[in-house]
Amino acid sequence: MADTYLQVIFWAFFALMAIAGIRVVTTRNVIHAALYLVATLLGAASMYVLLYAEFVAWVQVLVYVGAVVVLMLFGLMLTRAPIGSANFDNNQRLVGAVCAGLLFAVTSFIMVGAFEGQEIDFTGTEGTKVQSIGEAIFSIYVLPFEIVSVLLLAALVGAVVISRRDEGRVDS
Amino acid sequence: MPVAYFLVLSALLFSIGVYGVLARQHAVLVLLSVELMLNAANINLVAFSAMLGEAGVPGQVFALFVIAVAAAEVGVGLAIVILIYRNRRSVDIDEMSLMKW
Repeated sequence: MADTYLQVIFWAFFALMAIAGIRVVTTRNVIHAALYLVATLLGAASMYVLLYAEFVAWVQVLVYVGAVVVLMLFGLMLTRAPIGSANFDNNQRLVGAVCAGLLFAVTSFIMVGAFEGQEIDFTGTEGTKVQSIGEAIFSIYVLPFEIVSVLLLAALVGAVVISRRDEGRVDS
Repeated sequence: MPVAYFLVLSALLFSIGVYGVLARQHAVLVLLSVELMLNAANINLVAFSAMLGEAGVPGQVFALFVIAVAAAEVGVGLAIVILIYRNRRSVDIDEMSLMKW
């Protein structure tokens, strides 16, 4: 019975993510595309909640919706590039649609065939505890964790270095 | 609930992202499509993590790493987009043939 409710919620968010995702790649306004991406990312966060992965869900909301999309919007505002009404698609639209459709057909066919009958059992689970995630990160995966820290630092410094104006150069 | 539902959702998001990368000209829109593809991978990881129960904690750890790397990628990517816009007054990736032989 509870599974039926879960499935109804799942398909509702599936529809939301599918519509919003398609709007991300078809809308004519870049700001709208970023806001539809917010809807898709929140749908993904709700999927994580549905899968009892609350910590990943909140990291998704904080990092993606809170930081990445805001960064995108800042990038759009800083570039002052055309944001609407122009045509942002190139002439590969048909090829792209055929490729994406084929990819979807093949991957979903293989995935459904390979994992047929495998169920996610939600009965009696309380979800993954943050404690066990933390223990995994700081014991087995401590080296990747440190590497990711250094990567983030390098990306931060790199972004600052790339995007700052050169001193002493006259900018037109 | 069958795990295949989540895999189909992830395949759908990934295909939408592939379409966006192939068919869009605006550099920021291409970055948004890449984010869609990374999220598709994350949904797969978390779905398998839920399927495995207690043994599936590494799946969520990997999802967190993917989120961190995606944040780094967006930062550097947007810096490059801003720099290219400043130099060329355009963010059309079809015109960025500077390094093409």
